[in-house]
Amino acid sequence: MASTHALASGMGGMRTAGDLVARMQMTRGMRLPQAKQYVADKLGCSVLDLSDTVAMHDLRRDLGLGRIQVQDLTYADQPGAMEAKFHIADVLDIPINSVERFKAHAGLD
Amino acid sequence: MGQRIPTRLGDGSLVEMTRAEIEADLHAGSELAAKRAKVDPLTDDEIAHLLDIFTSPAKFSSVDYGDEVVLSFDGSGNADIGAPVLEQIVYQNHHGADMIELWHHDYSYKAVRTVLSFQTQLLKDAQMQTVVPLNYGAMPDLGRYSQPDGPIPNWSELMPLGKVAEARAAQEEAMTHLEKDMWCVVEAMVAAGADGLDFDTAGAAGDADLLATLRVARRVRETWPDIGVEIGQAAELVLGMHGELEFDGVRLAGQWPLGQLRAVTAAGATIFGPAVNVNTTKSLAWNTARACALVKPVTAEATIPVHMNAGMGVGGVPMTPYPPTDATSRASRAIVDICKVDGL
Repeated sequence: MASTHALASGMGGMRTAGDLVARMQMTRGMRLPQAKQYVADKLGCSVLDLSDTVAMHDLRRDLGLGRIQVQDLTYADQPGAMEAKFHIADVLDIPINSVERFKAHAGLD
Repeated sequence: MGQRIPTRLGDGSLVEMTRAEIEADLHAGSELAAKRAKVDPLTDDEIAHLLDIFTSPAKFSSVDYGDEVVLSFDGSGNADIGAPVLEQIVYQNHHGADMIELWHHDYSYKAVRTVLSFQTQLLKDAQMQTVVPLNYGAMPDLGRYSQPDGPIPNWSELMPLGKVAEARAAQEEAMTHLEKDMWCVVEAMVAAGADGLDFDTAGAAGDADLLATLRVARRVRETWPDIGVEIGQAAELVLGMHGELEFDGVRLAGQWPLGQLRAVTAAGATIFGPAVNVNTTKSLAWNTARACALVKPVTAEATIPVHMNAGMGVGGVPMTPYPPTDATSRASRAIVDICKVDGL
């Protein structure tokens, strides 16, 4: 059922910009068109690009927003999960709770 | 007799119906919603679009380019791997989840409180290994506080005895316990790094269940402006188990999805999840049309994102452990196309 929804109507999560649009919904309460436009403006791409895995694969690399390892395509020299969230917070200009906690625990404030 | 088209009933069973029968069910589902909830029925264009979806011979249906929505995936993971953090990664990496949710098998804030330190550690570990936003979710589940499971006299036993005042007092006392447990979990999860909280199936035990949830949501918003709050409903209608409870001066009992949206928005939630339960004996077309008619006014008025519940047994998705792909994809597309939801 989860995969069916993802294919039928989902943005694509981390393969695209679905997680970034989701962050604007959950932290700012933005409706979908507003959230998509906000993220597109911040990334410097079109709204249509946000659901395109090909466009977002390169854009996420350029901005350090995290990418999913696919078999022999590894990204060990690029930002991992927490590191990517540091960049997402900067790019979207929103605080991310886990990033703020990480900074406090690591003495990075 | 027209050509018979494969489709489903609400229990998932495969049936064959004619185009005329499917069209009649679309009208019937829409008109029942309009009559009960006092909303407008679906328009002729909307019925025609649903008819196209439900009479297509394709096994799969999907939204158009650019119409994709955010999937919040309440209760991410199937509990089949036995490793909750890994299951979050699976949903992120393999199911295209836009948001994920850590949860406990005993999906209730009262139960979670007893294993809170372990749940917070899992959440912290999950945040180190995932990128997509992570909710912590559970049910408010007010019924857990009534005897014999809890300390409060059972209001469902008091009411048949005519002890209405005692039943109401019992629910009000139970609410104080629920709010305390929810807040305890919320504080710990925010401290562990949660991006948001999901108060799932709110109102399952009626208006008192929902009121306690709204009060906690407001407290979250006043305490942490950037923490997400998703309130997903248990059903399309708030049951008046108490009957007199109000939030900001508005009676909660008897509220349909539009009234629920107003209360949830006022409480400070950032995502609202309307739920419309499936009638297992009616067709998928009937159920989906009814769900769309009930939720369309919600998205028309909403100022916060609306993520309609579309799991098994709600939102037109059949009530069966393995909702068929043909049925689920049609419900998924129909809700997005007709209701213009922000997510599922």
